[in-house]
Amino acid sequence: MSNEPLVRARGLTKRFADLVAVDDIDFDIYKGQAFGFLGPNGAGKTSTMRMIAAVSPPSAGTLEVLGFDPVRQGSQLRARLGVVPQEDTLDTELTVSENLYIYGRYFGLTGAELATRVDELLRFVQLAERRDSVVDPLSGGMKRRLTIARGLINEPALLILDEPTTGLDPQARHALWDRLYRLKQRGVTLIITTHYMDEAEQLCDRLVVMDKAKIAAEGSPAELIAEFSTREVVELRFAPGHQERAAARLDGIADRIEVLPDRVLLYTGDGDRTSIAVTARDIHPETTVVRRSTLEDVFLRLTGRTLVE
Amino acid sequence: MTTPLAVRVMEADAFRYRRIWKGSVVTAFINPMLFLVAMGHGFGTLVDRGVSTTGGTVGYIAFIAPALLAATAMQTAANEAMWPVMAGFKWNRTYHAALATPIRIPDLVSGTIYWIAVRTLMACAAFALVAGLMGAAPPVRMFLAIPPAVLTGIAFATPLMAFTASTDKETRLSTILRFAIMPMFLFSGTFFPVEELPAWLQPVAYATPLWHGVDLCRALALDVPARMPWVIHVAYLLAWAGIGWALAARRFRKRLEI
Repeated sequence: MSNEPLVRARGLTKRFADLVAVDDIDFDIYKGQAFGFLGPNGAGKTSTMRMIAAVSPPSAGTLEVLGFDPVRQGSQLRARLGVVPQEDTLDTELTVSENLYIYGRYFGLTGAELATRVDELLRFVQLAERRDSVVDPLSGGMKRRLTIARGLINEPALLILDEPTTGLDPQARHALWDRLYRLKQRGVTLIITTHYMDEAEQLCDRLVVMDKAKIAAEGSPAELIAEFSTREVVELRFAPGHQERAAARLDGIADRIEVLPDRVLLYTGDGDRTSIAVTARDIHPETTVVRRSTLEDVFLRLTGRTLVE
Repeated sequence: MTTPLAVRVMEADAFRYRRIWKGSVVTAFINPMLFLVAMGHGFGTLVDRGVSTTGGTVGYIAFIAPALLAATAMQTAANEAMWPVMAGFKWNRTYHAALATPIRIPDLVSGTIYWIAVRTLMACAAFALVAGLMGAAPPVRMFLAIPPAVLTGIAFATPLMAFTASTDKETRLSTILRFAIMPMFLFSGTFFPVEELPAWLQPVAYATPLWHGVDLCRALALDVPARMPWVIHVAYLLAWAGIGWALAARRFRKRLEI
């Protein structure tokens, strides 16, 4: 890992007419990392991505991406970036390979070079048999894989993925994660935004938790869990109407207690011991689940809210 | 030598056009033929005295053929400046895709205009060929009228691109076709001289870019003097095209750079 970050942001801010979407954030992203921006919708993740991708000029602060200034050198910078936007921007009337071809032409790629690359990429995203299919009727997962192939057409130094699996079914998500994992193995630097904590845990070496335009915490998934949560969590679900009374009798039973609308979370080092203590107090939830802490718990701790509401 | 960025945008548009070229080629040849037969030969036989122009009286088909060339340019360019542009912003979001590459907003605007010019040129060439073969005007002179026709198309295309970039409602585009393009097609000296219009309406007709295009095309195709010095015609059309271009660049930036 080299010492010069590929992306360096200081005091990065994005204001729109009536709101501050990104408020004075700092971060560094290094070569070979899979770097995540985790946060709920509206936290400022997409605005941050768009600034890094040199399509949206920052309102304040400094930003350097691959040594370029995204505002003054946007075109040269974008020549070396790959972007997978949140909403598909495929030309749905064209075929799979035509989409890659047109996009490659935007980068100035030509003839034989482009043809080889299109073949390689379609194999990589497992769309080789669909190369002559029109895009419109393809499934959401296929379209997303095609968008990833498109983002790789210029062999980018940095691949930016904005909510790559939002709206996909579980099987398609896993297929996509597998491809991203392979890219990571090849040493491609990834920037991923997501509001799925499992995605962040699976893919990211390092991440920042964003909330309300600010960075709430930064670290590896394991570091964040160690710092902001306990090792285990006991989730109690009660029959409707019974939660409030039971929750009042749980005082002091765990390191920390979160009462959510649909369940109570007990943060503890030892889940089994805590659930025995619950029974000992003569409290009988409908279900009791002991699990490991996740980034979701980190987020809840930092913001008092769940990620996906 | 790398391809200029705006040319790459034009190429992408041409590439997309390959999918629909068959249909559009049929339209490009059949439409002028139908129009010239119906209006020129059919309706024209009723106008037995001919139509007087600045250079004498000509047959009705000769009178309308160059005007329809300019009108074809207007309609082709207007359509290309509206529906595909709406698709780029909204339906397929291909503009957003292009801007994730080295393409910049001004390249996107210029490349789109280049492509509209090429598309308009193709439609005009088809029209001139048909009109020439049907004997509406000497073929060579019809072809001479193509450049001003294409300029007329661009004079419509750039302001309409700006308009399309500033709206999200496709019904507005149909409104433009119905209440701006269609009346101009009928009343800008295309089918009858503007002097036949009520006096109060004549200045409106003279203000339309189409009338300037029609007069230029007619002068060139029929080898008669234009009703205004051609420099004024060209300057007026260039002004529409240029101001539209600047407006389109601004509107595209406003819509895409956020």
